[in-house]
Formats: sequence, structure tokens, C-alpha cells
Amino acid sequence: MLKFLVRRLTLGVAVMWVVATAVFILYFIAPHDVARTLAGKQSTERVIQLIRHRLGLDKPITEQYLDYLNRLLHGDLGYSYVNSMPVVNVIKEDLPITASVAFGGAILWLLIGVSAGVLAATRPRSFLDRTVTAFALFFYSMPVFLLGQLFLLLLFFRLTMAGFDIFPGGGYVPFAASPGEWLRHLILPWFTVALVSASTYARLTRGSMLEVLGEDYIRTARSKGLRERRVIYRHGLRAGMSPVVTQFGIDLGTLLGGVILTETVFGLPGLGQQIVTSISDGDLPVIMGLVLLASGFIVLANIVVDALYAVLDPRVRLT
Amino acid sequence: MSQLSAATAPPEPAEAGLSEAAKKIEGRSPWQLAFERLRRDRVAVGSAIMIVIIALIAIFAPLAKRITGHGPAGQYRDTGLSPAGIPVGPNGMFWFGTDELGRDVLVRVIYGARISLLAGVAAASIAVLVGVVIGLAAGYFGGAVDTVLSRFMDVVLSLPYLVFAIALVSVIGSSMQVSIGVIAFFSFSSVGRIVRGQVLSIKEKEYVEAARSLGAGNMRIMFVDVLPNVLAPVIVYVTLLIPLSIVFEAALSFLGLGVVPPTPTWGGMLSDAINYYQVAWWYLVFPGAALLVTTLAFNLLGDSVRDAFDPRYNRLFAAEE
Repeated sequence: MLKFLVRRLTLGVAVMWVVATAVFILYFIAPHDVARTLAGKQSTERVIQLIRHRLGLDKPITEQYLDYLNRLLHGDLGYSYVNSMPVVNVIKEDLPITASVAFGGAILWLLIGVSAGVLAATRPRSFLDRTVTAFALFFYSMPVFLLGQLFLLLLFFRLTMAGFDIFPGGGYVPFAASPGEWLRHLILPWFTVALVSASTYARLTRGSMLEVLGEDYIRTARSKGLRERRVIYRHGLRAGMSPVVTQFGIDLGTLLGGVILTETVFGLPGLGQQIVTSISDGDLPVIMGLVLLASGFIVLANIVVDALYAVLDPRVRLT
Repeated sequence: MSQLSAATAPPEPAEAGLSEAAKKIEGRSPWQLAFERLRRDRVAVGSAIMIVIIALIAIFAPLAKRITGHGPAGQYRDTGLSPAGIPVGPNGMFWFGTDELGRDVLVRVIYGARISLLAGVAAASIAVLVGVVIGLAAGYFGGAVDTVLSRFMDVVLSLPYLVFAIALVSVIGSSMQVSIGVIAFFSFSSVGRIVRGQVLSIKEKEYVEAARSLGAGNMRIMFVDVLPNVLAPVIVYVTLLIPLSIVFEAALSFLGLGVVPPTPTWGGMLSDAINYYQVAWWYLVFPGAALLVTTLAFNLLGDSVRDAFDPRYNRLFAAEE
């Protein structure tokens, strides 16, 4: 286990180094006036001079690169001249919102996907199986931002007009301010993030479970007289989950993409919306910081997922 | 793009009576067999027809302009907006209603099909070309070449692609070509990995050895002997990659990072519709439906193509019944 962690962390650091270098090349070596670009579209000449001095843009490129890596290692992601605060503070402000959307969405996505897949697999070719398959195909083809807007149109606007004020039309309420309102404002975003990806997982779980339930050890478990429920959930699901967990590690990028689009649709002022407004403001330091943050999250989460994989399937050795 | 690998989960069997058909007529290539299966699959035929219709609509978009008399960027403020400046709903003159500038939503949806199809097909094609070449090279040469290429593909696959796409576009600027390039860049790795895996097993086959003993060079073996045998999974993948690319392009346009306005795109229209859905449902529903129908048609076809090329799934289902 220790060996696994060391190896994966080394690999993770390597990936992060590649990402950081890519960002550096993109923003510092690309043929444009770096100071002017970093300052954002509405900056004065004084600010540009300040940035030039602060980043040491007059130094040789290798020295700049080392300085840049050094700053990153010390947790300095740069300064947002548009927001007039360090990028780290921008992230700190918006992170709770994005984390709320992402974690809730991911939990719902796995819950819906896996349970629908198991239901379909235990009753192959039944009406239920066909319904799940049809729904899965439908939502698989549904773009996240379209689903979110349809929710807004039907579940917020039409329902509210009809006198059922159940779902709000967007916005965010901090958990500390009112847990109930926090939940109410996040339900639609969660389902938006979850449903599209859940469809993939329903199909994946169904396929994987069908294969597992055909294995000899499942027959053995049944012949021992175990209850069907126990056979399926204890013996079947555990092995059947392996490909699902692997896929989840791969889909974390999709999760973040879904969160960005969902935040934009529902007007949630999280990191996703931040990166979108940063583009129109030309606030490159924030975009750079968020790219590094997102990559770091994915690297870390992948290590966790791989460790989980070994827990689920004892045949897998962590090396 | 990674959703694709999950999509290869066992689907519904394409056609039950297939094995009989295969018995009756002997001496067919796997390609002929697959095509035969597709032709008998009603879902496949239906979705293929749908795709052809959408493609025809995109090609003959100028006809819509001629019939309605409305250009895709034309603003009809007198007829297309209410006196209060609110978009008008579907009527005899504007079948799909108008948007906030008094533009014809129907004409814009039709013109938007051009962007979506072009971006989807072009990005998927580039991704497949690059992916096949890199996958072939990695699998065939092995060793250091394989290590470098595979690690590179792993890194690309593990990147948060939408975040990176945003970063790239924010530096390069947005345009159709940039969108296609970005989508292709984040898609080729999945193709490359599939091809590499196939090549690893095929290059050990006797006929490859035979070709080498006859003096065939690496290029000839890779492209003449190995490539045709890895094409089936690639074809399956392409049909599933096109709808993903269409959605990716729409997402970029939705975020204002795609094709530059006033060129109509489905993603761009949906993005504008956010501010008007309460007064103009048609502004959201029609471009949304166009996008959904298109991706659904491609996904259904992709599923059927996979069934047709992979008879293993029939066995799986046969065993369980």
C-alpha cells in the first residue's frame, strides 16, 4: 500500500509538473505582451508596469520559469488584477459552492446510475430493464446545459406560475445561512449534473452485473441457500462495481465540465462561473489558477479511486 | 470524451435471427455481415434516415431562407418583436418564433445544423486520424515509443478537458477551427488507446510474421496488414464520437467560446435563451430539440453499429435466456 501511494504520488507530481509547464508555455511564451494580457482588458499602463516588474518579465526565460514553479510550490497562484486580490483568495471564496455542486451531483449520479443498472440487470429483458435502457439512452444524448435549462423552464418557471413554488430559479444560499434553503437551491443543479452521467453508469453497471451474475461463484452462493438479496448485493455488486469505479476515475473531468456548465445555467457563483467570466474579462491569472486546481483535484481523486478499486476487488494488487 | 468507453457496455441484441442468416449464406466478410445486421436493425435504419434528413436540412439551409424570406442573421424588429420588444411566439410568419433581436428561430436552427454537423464530423475525423496513427505507432513499435505515446495519451485523458479547452481558447481566441482543434485534441487519446490495444495482439499473428519474412517494411505492415484489422472498433467508436463532439462544440458555443456570433449555433442560441426562457419558451425548446434529436440519432446508430460488429453480445444474451 505504501509503495502504491509513493508511486502514484510521484506520477501525480509528474502530471502536475507537465500541466504547470503547459500553462507556463501557454501564457508566458505565447507571442503576446504577457503583462498586458495578465492585467486584463481594462487595466492602466501603471498596472502593466507593476506586473512586468513583479513577475520579473525582464529576466531570462529559464529564470522566469524557475521563479514561476517556485511560486506555485509556495501556493502562490498569482494575482487577479481584475478582482484586485490573489487568485488563491478568489478560489477560497468560490470553492464551497463548486464543492457543494460537485459532490452532491457525483453522489446522486452514482446512486441513480448504479441502482438503475442493478435493477435492470437483475430483471434482464423485463419491462423495467427496457425502461431503464431507454431512459439511459435518452439522457446519455442530453447535453448538460440543455437539461438544466429544461429543468428551469418546466420545474421552476412553469411550476411556480402554476402556484407550486418548490424549486428556485437559480442562485446560491450558503449552508451556514440556511441548510434548508441550501438544499432547495441545489436540488436542480445536482440532478442536472447527475442525470446525464448516471445514464452511462446505468448501462455500465447493467452490463457488468449481467456478466458477474453469470459467474460460477454466484451460482455457488445461491446453492448455499443465501437469500437472493444477499447474493446480488454482497457477492455480485462488489465485483460488478469494479469497472464502474474505474470509469468514475476517468469521468472526473466530465464531472468538472458538467459543474462548469451547470453553474452557468443556474447562476451559481462558483469556480465554474468564475472561469467563464474570467474569459470575458480576460482575467488570465484566474484561468491559470483554476486549470492547475482542477488538474490537481483530478490527480488526487484518481489516486483515491484506484485505492478504492483494490478495496472492492481483492484480486487487484496495488503496485 | 471518456464517457465513450462506458458506452461499450452490453446493449440490447441487434437482431435475434442473425445466426440463421449467417448460416444460409456462406463466404461473407465480417464487413458484409455487419452491414447485413445493420440493415435488418430497425433502430439503425431509422436513426440513419434521421441523420440523412438532418444533413440534407443543413446542406439545403439556403432554401429555408428563400421560403421564409428570413436570413439567418436578419433582424425583423417590426414583425418579429412585439411592440414592447418581446420575441413573438410561433406563428404563420415565424414558425418557430423569434429571438430577442427579432431573428427567425427556425432559420437559425436550420443554419445551426451546419455548424453542429461540420464541427462534429470534422473533429471526430481528425481525432480518429491522429488517434489511429499514434495508436498504430505505439502498439507496433512498442518500447520507448509506446511508453512516451501512451503516457502522453494518459495525461491528456486525465485532464479536466472543458477547463483546459477554456484555457486554450482564452489564449488563442475563439473560432470554428479552434473549436474543432480543441475537440479533436481531447478526443484522439481514446481512439489511440483502443487502436494500440488491438495492434498489440494483431502484430503477434502469423500473417504479420509472414509479411515480414517476405520483406515488407514497417510502414507496409502497419498500414496494409495491421490497420484493416483494427478498423472495426474504430468505426464503432467514430459513430459514438460524433455526437460527443457535437455536444462538446455546443458546450463551447454555449460558454461563448465557440463560433463567433452572429453565426447561428445551437449552443449559442441556448446560451442566449437563458435570459428569455420565461417569456419565449420556443427560443429554448427548438434549438434544444434539434440538438437532442441529432445526438440521439447518432447515439442510437452508434449502438447499433457496435452490436453489428460485435456478435459477442448476442452470445451473452443467448446464454442468459
